[in-house]
Amino acid sequence: MLADEERTQGPMKIIVLVKEVPDTYGERKLDLETGLADRAASESVLDEISERALEVALAHAGSADGVEVVIMSMAPETAATTIRKGLAMGAASAVHVADPGLAGADLGLTARTLAAAIRRTGFDLVIAGNLSTDGSGGVLAAMLAELLEVANATALSSVEITAESVSGTRTTDDGAMRVSAPLPAVISITEALPDARLPNFKGIMAAKKKPFETLTAADLGIEPQDLAVASSIMTAIAEKPPRAAGVKITDEGDGGTKIAEFLIENRLA
Amino acid sequence: MTEERDALIAAVREFADAELAPNASRWDAEKHFPIDTLRKAGQLGLGGVYVREDFGGSGLSRLDAVAMFEELAKGDTTIAAYISIHNMVAWMIDTFGDEVQRERWIPGLTEMTDLGSYCLTEPGAGSDATAITTSARRDGDDYVISGVKQFVSGAGSSAVYVVMARTGEQGSKGISAIVVPDGTPGLGFGRNEAKMGWNAQPTRQVVFEEVRVPTTNRLGAEGEGFGIAMRGLNGGRLNIAACSIGGAQWALERALRYVRERESFGAPLATNQSIMFTLADMETELQAARALLHRAAAKLDEGASDIVPACAMAKRFATDAAFDVANSALQLHGGYGYLHEYGIERVVRDLRVHQILEGTNEIMRLIVGRDLVNRL
Repeated sequence: MLADEERTQGPMKIIVLVKEVPDTYGERKLDLETGLADRAASESVLDEISERALEVALAHAGSADGVEVVIMSMAPETAATTIRKGLAMGAASAVHVADPGLAGADLGLTARTLAAAIRRTGFDLVIAGNLSTDGSGGVLAAMLAELLEVANATALSSVEITAESVSGTRTTDDGAMRVSAPLPAVISITEALPDARLPNFKGIMAAKKKPFETLTAADLGIEPQDLAVASSIMTAIAEKPPRAAGVKITDEGDGGTKIAEFLIENRLA
Repeated sequence: MTEERDALIAAVREFADAELAPNASRWDAEKHFPIDTLRKAGQLGLGGVYVREDFGGSGLSRLDAVAMFEELAKGDTTIAAYISIHNMVAWMIDTFGDEVQRERWIPGLTEMTDLGSYCLTEPGAGSDATAITTSARRDGDDYVISGVKQFVSGAGSSAVYVVMARTGEQGSKGISAIVVPDGTPGLGFGRNEAKMGWNAQPTRQVVFEEVRVPTTNRLGAEGEGFGIAMRGLNGGRLNIAACSIGGAQWALERALRYVRERESFGAPLATNQSIMFTLADMETELQAARALLHRAAAKLDEGASDIVPACAMAKRFATDAAFDVANSALQLHGGYGYLHEYGIERVVRDLRVHQILEGTNEIMRLIVGRDLVNRL
């Protein structure tokens, strides 16, 4: 645990992790040469779950005094426009870790880099989405909490923040639990939380005047190719198989039964 | 800064996609004026797009505004057009009002907690707007207004009515622009007119029976009202042209999707050369209209000397071209185009009136023609 004196002095600082992803409703492809997402295949957008995470922070900042919201992203340089949307929505500043050496970083390297950036910025609370729409790792929040040595509450479908703690509802297959943690802490949220506000014209025009810090891996003391640290290795990559033809059920008086059998057989019932 | 402009236009597109498009068909069918949605438009910054920033305007250019109205119209042509009229009213008060008037009316208008209506046309004075008979008789420090205004968008829902009334001699020089707040005794409204289109915004008569307002509600000097009304319409014409292009662009995109998917005589419709020629003409007409519109908007931003004919020819060309494009999109859809469910017939109905209002397209030709002849 971080000692209390390591928490930020002055205003409460909430860091929201945001990610630029290929448009969920567009074509999503992997580059078969590099194994990376083919960013040219579709429009890039701020991940919707990132926007919801930012909304949690902005809603709290709107209801309590002295709350500063910082957005943070590790992404290629071209993602700056997308990150700026978070400033237009109301975040006070942005930290963008952009380094070609980090392209294709695995979750371990991503977590080490972001943890270093979070420590550098200082924080009381880190909010992330539970799962990005492209990588779908779903473990980054837990890894960050481990590296930052603070409490962690994941997959929250409701969040209440006070000056001293964060609490919420964590929904699992077995039921809903109430969880809480003293600050500083890292949480992740689910898409049960509200849609983000739309940025308005004033926000968009104010965004360009807000602090926007761009950092490299070296600025954070991170060596992307550090062989002393375990990392994952991609061993194979293949194109998504084309969709097979669906099953047609012809109704010969027993259509209902056949559909039910199909659903049971495929464990969809 | 292009990135900022792109972000502003994208924000309007998101608003149109999320708040307007899913509701346009229902609002049309139910003749529902979505005041709550207009409040959200105000929060976005659409209440005073080119109104100065000190009382809440967005301080953007006319070129920005026409791009925004095109995006809004892709979601709902009728609501986009109403927002354009509201902006014209807000701009008139911002431009011709004094500081007291601006401070009183602009904040509510830019937030769209207060809506604005423009009252020029009368039952007996349409294209010949200098013939209006609504009178504003001076009585001490007040005007007493009597008369009837026709085809007023937003009437009955607006907080602020900018009324062109006769304060002096016959003709254009005897007209003043006066702000009448809702709730003023003697201010009344006709029934909501049953119309071919534009169903999502109310159109009513506004009736003035000895309506008394202080002379400090007058915009500009006595006798300047006609000029103020016409200057408002320059921008109004561009915004209506932009709404036409947006509605038609949406219809073209729908038609494109349809002719690619719909098979007839063993092949998609799009493989048919006559269909392809129609699509090519639709695209060309819209691009030409947009170019003419942006040219006029740039002239308005610069304060060029030929603003009036530039706006008139953009309005005439864009509203005619867009109606024809939407009508072609309907034809390309065959019988489906005639069904409410597809939305195309609604856009055709909505765009038809753009050839008539903000100055008929015949008056637009008169403006352009007179300017040409007088240039000798």
